[in-house]
Amino acid sequence: MNFNEYEQEIFCEVTGTSEPPKGAYNFRVNGKSVGRKSSKNINIVSKKDVSGLEIYINPGTIDESVHIPVAISATGLKETVYNDFHVGEGADVTIVAGCGIYNCGPVDSVHDGIHRFFVGKGAKVRYIEKHYGFGPGRGGRILNPVTEVFLEEGAEAELVMEQIKGVDSTIRKTVATLGRRAKLVVKERLMTHGRQKAESIYEVSLDGEDASSTIASRSVAQDVSEQIFRSKIVGNNKCRGHSECDAIIMDQARVLAVPSLDAASVDAELIHEAAIGKIAGEQLEKLMTLGLSRAEAESQIINGFLK
Amino acid sequence: MLEVRDVSFLVSEEGRKKKILDKISFKVRPGEFLVVTGPNGGGKSSLAKIIMGLAKQTRGKILLNGEDISELSIPQRAQKGISFSFQQPVKFKGLTVYDLLNIANGEMISPEEAEKILKQVGLPAEEYLNREVNGKLSGGELKRIEIAMILARNSELLIFDEPEAGIDLWSFDDLVKVFRKLHREGKTIIVISHQERILKIADRIMILKKGRIFKLNEARKVLPKIQGSEDEF
Repeated sequence: MNFNEYEQEIFCEVTGTSEPPKGAYNFRVNGKSVGRKSSKNINIVSKKDVSGLEIYINPGTIDESVHIPVAISATGLKETVYNDFHVGEGADVTIVAGCGIYNCGPVDSVHDGIHRFFVGKGAKVRYIEKHYGFGPGRGGRILNPVTEVFLEEGAEAELVMEQIKGVDSTIRKTVATLGRRAKLVVKERLMTHGRQKAESIYEVSLDGEDASSTIASRSVAQDVSEQIFRSKIVGNNKCRGHSECDAIIMDQARVLAVPSLDAASVDAELIHEAAIGKIAGEQLEKLMTLGLSRAEAESQIINGFLK
Repeated sequence: MLEVRDVSFLVSEEGRKKKILDKISFKVRPGEFLVVTGPNGGGKSSLAKIIMGLAKQTRGKILLNGEDISELSIPQRAQKGISFSFQQPVKFKGLTVYDLLNIANGEMISPEEAEKILKQVGLPAEEYLNREVNGKLSGGELKRIEIAMILARNSELLIFDEPEAGIDLWSFDDLVKVFRKLHREGKTIIVISHQERILKIADRIMILKKGRIFKLNEARKVLPKIQGSEDEF
């Protein structure tokens, strides 16, 4: 696979390495698959009706991974991609996805990725998604991911979703339906700066008995950026749901948190916590007494918070 | 050597000026262990903060090794070799004990070095090194981490603002051991404290009362008077 320097940077940011990943993968650049490998237990095939992939993970597949990073370096490209993951019973896998946009032109580049996870009985999925943007162009870098998760009995999914830099506008929607004893953990890390806008929407239905979910969002809003966090947890059975929105607000930014809990069962235990505030003065002072400048102290606090 | 020269500190309270420190002057020799004590509201913490640059004196000067540091920022003073342990330890979401020890040291320290530092404050590294310094830790644990940061920093002038406050599980013996060790190593130490066991290991004791130095002398001369009379405070 040959990538230009921008694509190389994107893949490095999204996958965390400049080496080709082990296991199954599909690399997508400017709307086309440029490299694909299936493995014995993980089969990647193109969808026939729309752009995207069907990814089949055999039952019982343990400690294997799938990487499906996307790079857009052609200014003005707009695409919608549909990827479905079919995770067999008892599998335990890691899926690394995400998209980076390099935009050097005047026209917006847009990637809308719709990922659906069908996780079989007792299977475990760790999903890592990173979004990243850069480039000198006036055109926007826009990413709108939709993640739909269907967890069967005893299935578990951990979603780690990061957007740390360079995305001008995003609406991030995650919808999950949990069966009996299924478990969902979401860790979101989000940073906006400049005039960026980000909206995170979570809708979780705890349908099965003893289903549980935790949504933990940490975000930093700088400059005049705007963030909205909307979460809705519906408890339809004996279940536990917890959502937590923790935001640092800086400069002239704006952060809106709109939590919603809907208990449709007397045995549903649902909790929401939200905290929005600036960096505490004593945190800055403490790090300054350790020799850091104010800017260095701020940076350490933000990096730690989003870690 | 630290010199506090003619320092006054006024604050506005309900539209009126209140004098917290009133023309304070004293010197601390290199390697000396000075304990500042006195009644609440006497100006002890304000004095400590002024030396670190966390508060700004209304008049007077702070000199370190003959250099006027009165106008230097907090990090500039830290880089000159002053460390400050807060009375109320600060929590950091996302930063671990190891992160803070590394920041305090100024360079990456090995996990083995970090373990040695944590051991001195009675914290097992395997349990604490990668713990986030957040609200899940008790006040006593946070206090010990606060003191560990001072040890990691290895500065020449160490200021502790009521180090005994919040020490719940960790015994005073261990805290006193830390001070003795630092004193043996030749560090210059200023401790704000009410604790007799800390007063007892001082070279000199200063009693601050209503913003003025009420007494400043060798510990053996001041201590019996503190122990003998409630009025001394």
